[in-house]
Amino acid sequence: MQTAEHTKSSASSLSGRPAIHFLIHDDADNVAVAVVDLQAGEQAHGVSLESNKPTDLEVKMNIPLGHKIALHDIAQGDTLTKYGVDCGKFVAAVKKGEHVHVHNVKTKRW
Amino acid sequence: MSLKKILGYRRENGRVGIRNHVIILPVDDISNAACEAVAHNVAGTMALPHAYGRLQFGEDLELFFRTVIGTGTNPNVAAVVVIGIEPGWTGRIVDGIAKSGKPVKGFAIEKHGQIATVAAASWAAKEMVQAASEIQRTECSFEELYISVKCGESDTTTGLSSCPTVGNVIDKHCATGGMASFGETSELTGGENIVEGKAASEEVKKKFRAMFDHYTDMIMKEKTDDLSESQPTKGNIAGGLSTIEEKAMGNIEKLGKKTKFIDALKPAETPGKGPGLYFMDTSSAAAEAVTLWAASGAVVHLFPTGQGNIIGNPIEPVIKITGNPQTVATMSEHIDVDVSAILRGEMSIDQAGDRLIDMIVRTANGRLTAAEALNHREFVMTKLYRSA
Repeated sequence: MQTAEHTKSSASSLSGRPAIHFLIHDDADNVAVAVVDLQAGEQAHGVSLESNKPTDLEVKMNIPLGHKIALHDIAQGDTLTKYGVDCGKFVAAVKKGEHVHVHNVKTKRW
Repeated sequence: MSLKKILGYRRENGRVGIRNHVIILPVDDISNAACEAVAHNVAGTMALPHAYGRLQFGEDLELFFRTVIGTGTNPNVAAVVVIGIEPGWTGRIVDGIAKSGKPVKGFAIEKHGQIATVAAASWAAKEMVQAASEIQRTECSFEELYISVKCGESDTTTGLSSCPTVGNVIDKHCATGGMASFGETSELTGGENIVEGKAASEEVKKKFRAMFDHYTDMIMKEKTDDLSESQPTKGNIAGGLSTIEEKAMGNIEKLGKKTKFIDALKPAETPGKGPGLYFMDTSSAAAEAVTLWAASGAVVHLFPTGQGNIIGNPIEPVIKITGNPQTVATMSEHIDVDVSAILRGEMSIDQAGDRLIDMIVRTANGRLTAAEALNHREFVMTKLYRSA
């Protein structure tokens, strides 16, 4: 590449799959962000950016890179907590390992 | 303590620029054709056509003058030709730019016609561009760069990687006496209390809150739906962002961890309290917001993107940073700095910040950004309401 400052592919990708599959902003969060495409049925490994605490869970749905995954079972009406703060409300119940997005969360603002 | 040295252009008023543009600036929409003709006649000049400048009034007119005069005054500009339909507002803009000490000449089309005006303005532009071509870059300090920051086509990777990278640079820049500005008033929704906590004083906090509430009231008054495809945008949603609150939290990662902001500026207002971080009341639309910062005097813009916003500005180089590996793979011609290693746990935010500082230095020294190389010159004025 000529114009972009590209990072060379890393040791962790030599095994074919990166070591980290999702990242958690804050230990209080009930969702994490997929940093690779996640497939239903696979075991995924994540880490907290706040504490480095590791988390492992079974992925229940295909979740694209950048989309959110529920870290535990969440009831309808619960608050979406990300970055440790209120980022909206759940308008449908979600199970641990499922996809969290506009089909089950909404803003509390407008 | 200085971060680094750069090679810039020290202007008549002492401010440091990193580009040496000679611009042909229309006062109004109907003078765009004349400006474009002059830019066609004279190599190395650039016309900045826009849609406004007629029948505006009140605060909207003040913002218009602040934007046009500020654009001409920006340290990335060496000299300016101003062309308008009539001499009154043309003269007001010329006088405003002249306060910076840089060469500026105005031309009015009425009583001369477009052809004679283009001829006279082309002569002036030719003299200016030759003079500008002899101005040499000189060594300046990194902290003399006024940096603006705003993200676009954000996704969850911006909050994880490219926005905190910019925040790291803001902390380092402001700690060493640099000046910077953030804005995107509507996109702070959900994080406004956190932003308030970053105000340097009670007075600044109140000023920010008044601007935020005013903008939010306008949205609530004008909205016809739940903004579910406007904020967040369809691109944001494709990238995994679900709500405005979530988007705001990623956005404000750009403010850094330690830096407090020392004033809240009106759109296109030049910072007046010396070095430090400033909030500016801007739209969250990229081209509008960067145009306002360029008009306030910012000389380089840091633009984190997730899904791949391709915006540029005619006078303020826009450096794109992404942490999304898919965007790096599919849109690399638009990306200046790749921080996707953060997502793999192989690069720290601090390392990414240093990498971005290196790219700012290279850009300041003359490296064309991706947006410059691809001819992105989005000059988009903010209009507050309908003309009279």
